[in-house]
Amino acid sequence: MENHDIPTRPEETLDGTVVFNVPFPKDLKDLAGMAPVIVKQPYHIDYIHSYGQDSPFFAGLANRRLLGSRCTACGHTFGTPRMSCMACGGDCEWVELPQEGRVHTFTVCHFGSEEFLPECPYVLALVEFEGVDTLFLTRLLGVDPARPSLDWIGMKVRAKFRRLSRFKPTDVWFVPA
Amino acid sequence: MRPVYAVTGGVSKFAKARPDRTFQALVKEAYDYALKDIGLEPRQANDLVDGTVGSYFSDHFQRQLMSAIMVQDYLGLVPKPGHRVEGGGATGGLCFQEAWKAVAGGDMDVCLAYGFETMSHVQTWKGNEFIALASDVSFDYPVGGFYSGYYAMMVTRHMKEFGTTVEQMAHVSVKNHINAIYNPYAQKHLRITIRDVREAPVVAWPLTRLDICTMSDGAACAILASEEGLARIEKAAGRSLPKVRVTGIGRGTDAMRMADRPHQSFEDFYRYNALPNEQDADSRAYYKDLWDRGFRYPGVHSFRAGRMASRQAYQRAEVTDPLNQIDFVELHDAYTSSEIQTYEDMGLCRYGEGGRFAESGLAFMPGIEYGLDLPQRPKCSVNPSGGLIACGHPVGASGLMQAVFAIWQLQGAIGRHFGNDRLQVRGARRGAIHSHAGTGTYVTVSILEKED
Ligand SMILES: [Zn+2]
Repeated sequence: MENHDIPTRPEETLDGTVVFNVPFPKDLKDLAGMAPVIVKQPYHIDYIHSYGQDSPFFAGLANRRLLGSRCTACGHTFGTPRMSCMACGGDCEWVELPQEGRVHTFTVCHFGSEEFLPECPYVLALVEFEGVDTLFLTRLLGVDPARPSLDWIGMKVRAKFRRLSRFKPTDVWFVPA
Repeated sequence: MRPVYAVTGGVSKFAKARPDRTFQALVKEAYDYALKDIGLEPRQANDLVDGTVGSYFSDHFQRQLMSAIMVQDYLGLVPKPGHRVEGGGATGGLCFQEAWKAVAGGDMDVCLAYGFETMSHVQTWKGNEFIALASDVSFDYPVGGFYSGYYAMMVTRHMKEFGTTVEQMAHVSVKNHINAIYNPYAQKHLRITIRDVREAPVVAWPLTRLDICTMSDGAACAILASEEGLARIEKAAGRSLPKVRVTGIGRGTDAMRMADRPHQSFEDFYRYNALPNEQDADSRAYYKDLWDRGFRYPGVHSFRAGRMASRQAYQRAEVTDPLNQIDFVELHDAYTSSEIQTYEDMGLCRYGEGGRFAESGLAFMPGIEYGLDLPQRPKCSVNPSGGLIACGHPVGASGLMQAVFAIWQLQGAIGRHFGNDRLQVRGARRGAIHSHAGTGTYVTVSILEKED
């Protein structure tokens, strides 16, 4: 017996309908030659990303301070902070990095990931600091992306900071000193 | 550890997009080929296979978690044991080695290693984004995460340190593309010149579109077996099969963030990283001079993980002089620059000599016209198949594709599988396969040898 209060078919509207008719053979054997049906499946996520133990680095950028870390056991100093030492496994403490360094290497990106396509061309660089054992990845501004040169390696650069912090590593960037 | 044999393998056609098949059916294409090659029906093979290892890199590309079990049930291999491995670009190499371990350790007599990737499910720029998520999402990705950019920074430093040139890199592109003309499985069949490489659009300076591999859809598989497993397969096939043994595996790792790569001393390099062929006085003097001029290891120009993987694999396979003792290498040339860096890691030449090695001719195939003036005759062909640059790089399949091509080389069967024998390395007895992840984070090297 049918209960008319409980629906037995979903409500159909035009929302999401993309094709109204798809050809179909009379003989099922002909299905072997059928072209694939390809549909679009959207996917969007907002992540709740915690910087965890690295959070002070981002708070530092908001205060125009560039922080690295140093191993309390062996003294290895990190240009990109990490709270566990890669050289010995010891604990690290926060240290302030010099806001001047040199270009260790670089590239000019003319293409990129979808998120950064509107910013192309942009210059990526790894910066080295005096007395610091590892490097820092950053954007390099104030150089002409149309005229890259190996001579940029070794160039003195200095940090600049966003006034309106976004709490991303791009809150700091470097320019020729 | 028990001896492990690589018995057979198969590769699906690699293409920019394979909408005609889902990933399960792509793997089946490779599996069916591998079985057909040794004359087994799926039912016979499925009786013989003790379990599987599955390989794919990114859950994002399929938007499907646990894809590997879907492959296993599609092939009819449930309820046998199985698991998935993941390690970036080295996923396929890791998968091959996990299968090796299952057999060597006595857990299985016959193990199927399969891998795939279906990268056409998103547009290229979104795919670049997915791949770049394999870099630190707190410190690296948000700065402009793009793998070609990371590799470009590494080679820029290589050029500065060693004088490596873009023309030397282009030699790799010409070699691999022209080799692939004779490989029907390759995605690209292009007869190109150094000039074509340099005049292609710049992706990340100094790398052009022809210095970089492409995204692909594809699958590959290999069947590994113990002596007992091989005997069972031969019994079912009703004939004796050519013997290819995996004589050594090696792995290495390095920090995810390129910025964290250390700068070791000369003494530490010799303590931890040098190869047997670098122990002579001449090599020591060469390296001492490099360090005196400011060279530090590995820095961002070299892959310590690749060196450690080579060192371990060579030790186990008793390779002491790779250039002279290995007949061919299928290595992870996602970039022309990384092929050059890998020549050095694998000890085919010394650190700093990779650029000159690339244009020497030593890594080319004999009897193929490249349109280049090469000073030396081929000695150890690198990427005779065309490598990732020309074959395509469906990540989870790439490392297994290398294994399949190596098996076919050592079986002397390239002609049968490619329809021509131009890429058959004559008298090949020992080959190496090299699979590489991230900016050199996980690297695997496996040595395969022909056994009489
Ligand atoms: Zn330490």
